[in-house]
Amino acid sequence: MSNRKDPPGSQPFMKRPDNTAFKQQKLPAWSPTLKAETVLPFFFLSGVACILIGVLICITAAGVQEIKVDYTEESDCTDCYSLRLDRANSIIDCACTVSFSLSEAFKGDVFMYYGLANFHQNQRHYMVSRDNAQLVGRQYNLKNPSITCIPFDKYKNGTPIAPCGAIANSIFNDTLQLFYHPDKNTETPVPLLKTDISWFTDRTVKFQNPSPKANLTAAFAGTARPFYWWKPVYQLSEEENNNGFMNEDLIVWMRQAAFPSFKKLYRRLNRTQEFNDGLPAGNYSVKISYNYPVGKFKGRKSVILSTVSWLGGQSNFLGVAYCASGAIILIVAIILTVVHLKFKKKSLGLEEE
Amino acid sequence: MSFFGLDCRRKKEKEEERHLRANDREFNLTFQYATNAIKTSKYNLFTFLPMNLFEQFQRIANAYFLFLLILQLIPEISSLSWFTTVVPLMLVLTATAAKDAIEDFNRHKSDSQVNNRQVKVLMDGQLKSEKWRNVQVGDIIKLENNQFVTADLLLLSSSEPLSLVYIETAELDGETNLKVKQSLTVSGDMGDDIEALAAFNGEVRCEPPNNRLDKFTGTLIFKEQKYSLDNDKILLRGCTLRNTEWCFGLVIFAGPETKLMQNCGKTTFKRTSIDRLMNVLVLWIFGFLALMCIILAIGNGIWEYQKGFYFQVFLPWPESVPNSAFSAFLTFWSYVIILNTVVPISLYVSVEIIRLGNSFYIDWDRKMYYPRSDTPAEARTTTLNEELGQIKYIFSDKTGTLTQNIMTFNMCSINGKSYGEVLDFAGQRMEITERTPKVDFSFNRLADPKFVFHDHSLVEAVKLEILEVHAFFRLLSLCHTVMPEEKKEGELLYQAQSPDEGALVTAARNFGFVFRSRTPESITVVEMGETKTYELLAILDFNNVRKRMSVIVRCPEGKLSLYCKGADTIIYERLHPACKTLKDVTTEHLDEFAGEGLRTLVLAYKDLEEGYFEDWRARHHTASTALEEREEKLDELYEEIEKNLQLLGATAIEDKLQDGVPQTIEQLAKADIKMWVLTGDKQETAVNIGYACNMLREEMNDVFIISANTAEDVREELRNARRKIKPETIEAEPIFEVKQPKNKSAVLPEDTVEGEYGLVINGHSLAYGLEKSMEVEFLRTACMCKTVICCRVTPLQKAQVVQLVKKYKKAITLAIGDGANDVSMIKAAHIGVGISGQEGMQAVLSSDFSFAQFRYLQRLLLVHGRWSYIRMCKFLNYFFYKNFTFTLVHFWYGFFCGFSAQTVYDEWYITLYNLVYTSLPVLGMSLFDQDVSDRWSLEYPKLYEPGQLNMYFSIGSFIKCLLHSIYSSLILFFIPYGAMYDTMRDDGKDLADYQSFALLAQTCLLIAVSIQLGLDTAYWTSVNQLFMWGSLAIYFAITLTMYSNGMYLIFTASFPFIGTARNSLNQPNVWLTILLTTILCVLPVVAYRFSRTELRPTINDKVRYKVSKSKHAPPPQATRARIRRTSSRRSGYAFSHAQGYGDLITSSRYLRKNMATFSPRSKTNAKQPGTVLKTYRAVKDTVVDKTL
Repeated sequence: MSNRKDPPGSQPFMKRPDNTAFKQQKLPAWSPTLKAETVLPFFFLSGVACILIGVLICITAAGVQEIKVDYTEESDCTDCYSLRLDRANSIIDCACTVSFSLSEAFKGDVFMYYGLANFHQNQRHYMVSRDNAQLVGRQYNLKNPSITCIPFDKYKNGTPIAPCGAIANSIFNDTLQLFYHPDKNTETPVPLLKTDISWFTDRTVKFQNPSPKANLTAAFAGTARPFYWWKPVYQLSEEENNNGFMNEDLIVWMRQAAFPSFKKLYRRLNRTQEFNDGLPAGNYSVKISYNYPVGKFKGRKSVILSTVSWLGGQSNFLGVAYCASGAIILIVAIILTVVHLKFKKKSLGLEEE
Repeated sequence: MSFFGLDCRRKKEKEEERHLRANDREFNLTFQYATNAIKTSKYNLFTFLPMNLFEQFQRIANAYFLFLLILQLIPEISSLSWFTTVVPLMLVLTATAAKDAIEDFNRHKSDSQVNNRQVKVLMDGQLKSEKWRNVQVGDIIKLENNQFVTADLLLLSSSEPLSLVYIETAELDGETNLKVKQSLTVSGDMGDDIEALAAFNGEVRCEPPNNRLDKFTGTLIFKEQKYSLDNDKILLRGCTLRNTEWCFGLVIFAGPETKLMQNCGKTTFKRTSIDRLMNVLVLWIFGFLALMCIILAIGNGIWEYQKGFYFQVFLPWPESVPNSAFSAFLTFWSYVIILNTVVPISLYVSVEIIRLGNSFYIDWDRKMYYPRSDTPAEARTTTLNEELGQIKYIFSDKTGTLTQNIMTFNMCSINGKSYGEVLDFAGQRMEITERTPKVDFSFNRLADPKFVFHDHSLVEAVKLEILEVHAFFRLLSLCHTVMPEEKKEGELLYQAQSPDEGALVTAARNFGFVFRSRTPESITVVEMGETKTYELLAILDFNNVRKRMSVIVRCPEGKLSLYCKGADTIIYERLHPACKTLKDVTTEHLDEFAGEGLRTLVLAYKDLEEGYFEDWRARHHTASTALEEREEKLDELYEEIEKNLQLLGATAIEDKLQDGVPQTIEQLAKADIKMWVLTGDKQETAVNIGYACNMLREEMNDVFIISANTAEDVREELRNARRKIKPETIEAEPIFEVKQPKNKSAVLPEDTVEGEYGLVINGHSLAYGLEKSMEVEFLRTACMCKTVICCRVTPLQKAQVVQLVKKYKKAITLAIGDGANDVSMIKAAHIGVGISGQEGMQAVLSSDFSFAQFRYLQRLLLVHGRWSYIRMCKFLNYFFYKNFTFTLVHFWYGFFCGFSAQTVYDEWYITLYNLVYTSLPVLGMSLFDQDVSDRWSLEYPKLYEPGQLNMYFSIGSFIKCLLHSIYSSLILFFIPYGAMYDTMRDDGKDLADYQSFALLAQTCLLIAVSIQLGLDTAYWTSVNQLFMWGSLAIYFAITLTMYSNGMYLIFTASFPFIGTARNSLNQPNVWLTILLTTILCVLPVVAYRFSRTELRPTINDKVRYKVSKSKHAPPPQATRARIRRTSSRRSGYAFSHAQGYGDLITSSRYLRKNMATFSPRSKTNAKQPGTVLKTYRAVKDTVVDKTL
């Protein structure tokens, strides 16, 4: 206790700090350390787990069937390729066919993709060249496209473009038709579905037609098609609810790819009749109306058929990466164990004073 | 008052002479002198915003962000939405502005409190109460006792005789002793005659306002007479009136023009070494940023040339871009915007928050709270915490810092018997603690209740009337120059020249020999209850050469005696040969006392023959009136009479160390902190304390004492010392590690020394040692010694020593002191610590940290400092890591998106990453983390060393951190890339789209950096858990909200990521990717850290290992028993002053008044002794300068 006089007018210990765990920095806490007993088992376990996951993924991926046909300059598409090198020829139609065969049947749901390579959908200036407000059907934005769309926002006479922007303007416009050849002379068109190829949220929320929705021609009156399109947006499809901004091909295209090589869902197999179980093995051909010019920038076009698993499409990367990581982790675990057994005793002893 | 131009212009003219007339406001107003209102605040309501913003944008980081903002407004360049920069910038600006506003508000408050103090002003012939702010130059004001002086005043008159006033200058210079000021007689004669004062119309002409506290020149013209004015007639603002009923003064300088205000405002801004390093690193980062941007810009140029040009079918170049080179140029700036996160704006704010938090911990620490004076520790500067963990040199004051400046009478040896120890039944010495029974002095009415003694046998000896014991205490009660003050009957107060003397006289008082009063010719003593008056015949005073003092008195019985006390060596030479055996026993005791670091005096006496004395006295009289060689003649006479003395015994006085000082010093030494004591005291005392607190030890190889008088001798002595320590360093010129060639600042490398050495240097030699030509020599020698003690140093030298070390050693210094004389070194050192509650406030006011006891220093450094340092380093390492990793992912993505400055993440994520998602967890770590608890930190002071060596955060660790980030960012980009680029959802739909990838990449990043933080955190409190999991939860919550339909439909342009979270986070391969990136980011770190602890464990690892093994906290530090040793070294004699004032006492110059009025109880009588004492004290204080 204080044996000195307290300062007048104040109680003793007035300024004494509170004795709380927080203020005294004594909050209860867990202080883990990297101990061999925890670190080494952890390493072994995660190594084994990685390998197991890797093997599982590899097996799954192996079950997925996929075929990719690059038709950029394939067979008679070569002519079309050359034709499309000159923009002046863009009004000339060009069709070609590529054939391929499936050695095994593609069981289950089969998806048809178009693939583009060396196509920079992720270029910043390209990415921003769209107007989401327009695509969600806002009247004002429909007539006044965002400046981000420049130079694909308006015609010279001031007519606004719908949908505006470089992305919509450059929509992939090859048509691909898949045929099955049970024998040399038969040509059965494979039934394909155009719908439900885009994200649910995209086609229900992100893309909306302007009103009146029942009459798209009226709705889009006063706007014009993008420069490179042949028909206005309200004629993209004959189906009522797959038209205008809500056309799924447009929606799929508008979801920009992250990397310069990508594939986009084009059609789904309609599992009817002989295609009930998927695509049978045999010969197939794709009839292409070759419109999309990629020659100038050395792009590649392909058509891809694939089945899916719970992991999605065929991708060996994850499986291999897991296996490799697991192996490395196991090796490291062994090294650490050796190190631990050899040096444990020597170093951590604290010389007592 | 007037506004605008005219007066402002006039104010700017330099005032050359101040001219004012008392009681004439109109006249004085023509000069536009400042009024007494002070303003320390910076802003007012209207100027706050513009001024504060202007100040803030002077900071480089803020200016940089403003620059970014401008860049973002250029559409060709803008690669990010404006809000990514504006939101953080606004937050930073607001936080800083709020802090500034609060600080300024407090200044406003204290200003208005000061400005609204009341003082009595003479106006229109009446005294009126006025606020301070309304006082003007030329006013006459009345001050009362204990009031603060309102402005700089010319003293006119006072209540005390001779128009004296006593003032305390603690606020001004920290000295608590009283100073005397005296007014001119002409004004003093007015007294408190209001009419006369109101009619007073003296004119003053004096110097313009300045900041010299000790100088004033001016003249007073009154009734056509000129009087010169000097500093003795001026009362400065900031002083306090003491022991003076009232006084009148004329305001000369007011408000901002007072010397106090002119002196403040120039505070040097201290920065920590981490601050400086950070500034360097920020430059590096700018370089790094530029490098990345250049690479990407070149990439863009090539890409646009090779591909972009042909891709123009679908994406034509804007009209503003004529070619790929220009595109590259624009891209450069675009990337400057995107990659701006490497230059961390929130870093500065976070650093401030962390420092503030850690400062609060210091304020809150109960273990640094001193209950006796109710003083908690205080972090006065909140920006230096981490430097507390890096201290290498401590410069300490002695008096009041290491010692309490209290002397206690601890032991004595009387006639060959030692008293003062407490023995238990077995005859073993017992440690004296608080609980040891104290001696009861109740038999003595006049005893000092504060005096404590533990050995009962001495009281018994007194009561048994043992002759020698009585003679011993009689000597103590007679032979001194102490002044008594007896305000109330029986309440004695001693005014001693040195605390040692006070202690001795107090001891005698308690043992029944009460020194009651003195006159120039007599000393009244109450001996065992019986009042006796001794005739004081002569005082043979103390000085540094004589090292002894004697008095010659005549007992009431008529016997003549000489009583002498002094240093043992001196007295021993003058003893009667018959004392031989007693001398031997006493010597033994002296050694014992000395071994405990006590200050000793030997007491002796001698009876004089009447005849001889009369003869001596006559010769003494002649000598003392001699005109030539008076000193020598007197010395000779003294020498002659102080011979053949009879030994009585010895006293041992403890210069009481503060509690725990030796232990603290030992702890700090273990932490490899070097301690230098810089003291104004004399060498013997300083060395004595050095031994007492274990800085100097008997076992040391050598203790060098440098006390030469010429530069050459000093150099030689320094070299000799080095020759002994390490001969090879004599010839070799010191090799400087050149730190920065352009600054020409060199670093003196550390010399490794075997053995322990001590160095004691006095102020005289130090002056040479600090000269340019010798400073390196001095520093090298000093740094080889374990302990350095500089004695008799001036305040300026203290600062010079600190600066010398700062200059040549790449080390952090700390200065600790309590008095005004320590202010200079406290300001000079990296960190200044003030001991509060002892000698005024000056040291505390200029310090960065303050607490009440020296021993708290170990907690401040070893616990708080260390934690702060570790926390700050962990914070910085992690902060740079997380920001680099974040940014580098953009860099890698540049190679895939045509170098088009496309971001990888959602813009909102970029905005919120630093502010929301990762801020709290890292703050939590930097506020709560502790590698080991405080107990263990104190148990292993070695844990402190990494801080001194800058081990946790340096350029090296920064590069390590950069490499780690590069690795992590590669994983965080390429694993998701590999996993995503060719895949689709389980329903065949898109998953490799930009938005899904962005979400995946940002989720991977956040989880990886969160787990990295988890690895860095050593101390998981619930708050840390909450912050960590909370931040992750908030991330998902915010992400799902922002990607929701509602947000999209309301703010279509801002939230284009609608549905991304729902569509991709339900995919198993997304989660598998997240898991893999996490594993690959974390496991290498774990492996590295684990094998480092196994292969090359740091002291930290070792202690943590030990902590994890032992279930309990270490036992509380045993309060170690005092190290006992006997020593051949004789301790310094117990006089802490340079020269005695026997003259003063006997000359009756100061006592005459006292004598004249000491008789009957007149009205003035009651006050007079007080006046005398005050005068005595004041004179004493002006002469005994503690610092000299």
